Amino acid sequence: MQWIKIVLKKTFPVMTGYLVLGIGFGIVMENNGYDLPWVIAMSVFIYAGSMQYLGVSLLTGGASIIQTAIATLMVNARHLFYGISMVDKYSDAGKAKPYLIFALTDETYSLVCTGDVPEGIDSHKYNLLVSLFDHCYWVLGSIMGCLLGTVLPFDTTGIDFSMTALFVTVFVQQWMDNKKHFPAITGVAVTAICLMIFGADNFLIPSMVLITVILSLGRKFLEKGEKADA
Amino acid sequence: MHDGLLIVTMAVVTAFLRFLPFLIWNGKRKTPAYILFLGKYLPYSIMGMLVVYCLKGVQILTFPHGLPELLAVVAVILLHVWKKNTLLSIIGGTALYMILIQMVFI
Repeated sequence: MQWIKIVLKKTFPVMTGYLVLGIGFGIVMENNGYDLPWVIAMSVFIYAGSMQYLGVSLLTGGASIIQTAIATLMVNARHLFYGISMVDKYSDAGKAKPYLIFALTDETYSLVCTGDVPEGIDSHKYNLLVSLFDHCYWVLGSIMGCLLGTVLPFDTTGIDFSMTALFVTVFVQQWMDNKKHFPAITGVAVTAICLMIFGADNFLIPSMVLITVILSLGRKFLEKGEKADA
Repeated sequence: MHDGLLIVTMAVVTAFLRFLPFLIWNGKRKTPAYILFLGKYLPYSIMGMLVVYCLKGVQILTFPHGLPELLAVVAVILLHVWKKNTLLSIIGGTALYMILIQMVFI
């Protein structure tokens, strides 16, 4: 039971974020006439926050299957990145591997990509619990949103910033743990520049391509110091 | 019926994107050194990308000019450098952000 406490503590930031964003999603679905089974089906099987929000407009706007598939490819292409960087870490995860891969959201990725596993827990077991807990928060949040609607005890405006704060925290932690800041700087700079050039709806894919290209060009430089570091 | 198909489409395409890298490099063949290299350094870039992604909706040209976001992000950074406590950094930054947009920049 000790490790349940540890995982709860580790996933707490995701819990607050997912409950809030999930509640928001549930409310939007309810307002558009989709009841609980629809909400649960989407949160369980799609399990991708921004995609589900967009999904509501696809559903209500009567999008075609092709349009929906293309929209999903565009919005969720960043998940390819998570996969590529977890291929090695999840390579011997055993039976849980398919679920670990399925549940690799932005937030879960930010918790498992660091490879920072609390002492005394097997890393795959830890990653599985983190993934499962996060998934539960998300489903629970959307159910709450659907059932409770707008009846909330206090003004939660802005609480979704916890997601941003989570990513900033991981970013800072990685920065302090690592002497090489080139990849981190590349990530921020390239994405910011692409956002300015391509706009908020189209910047992710160009950012991903450019980040990969720049890191690849810098490979010699990055790997040069590796032996010295070790 | 059509709604159900759209949900299935979203679920299948999302899962496809998540599974694809693992299907290509499935551990049966040796993972190429280049992919291991990306696996090692991409997380740092991705986290930077996600931070910008979260802030993509910030309007710098209109009031409050992204100030609540800027102040809250700086608070998270300072808190984290100072105390190195993830939970504290996130709660502190989020609380500040909520106060800023609910009470200060209105």
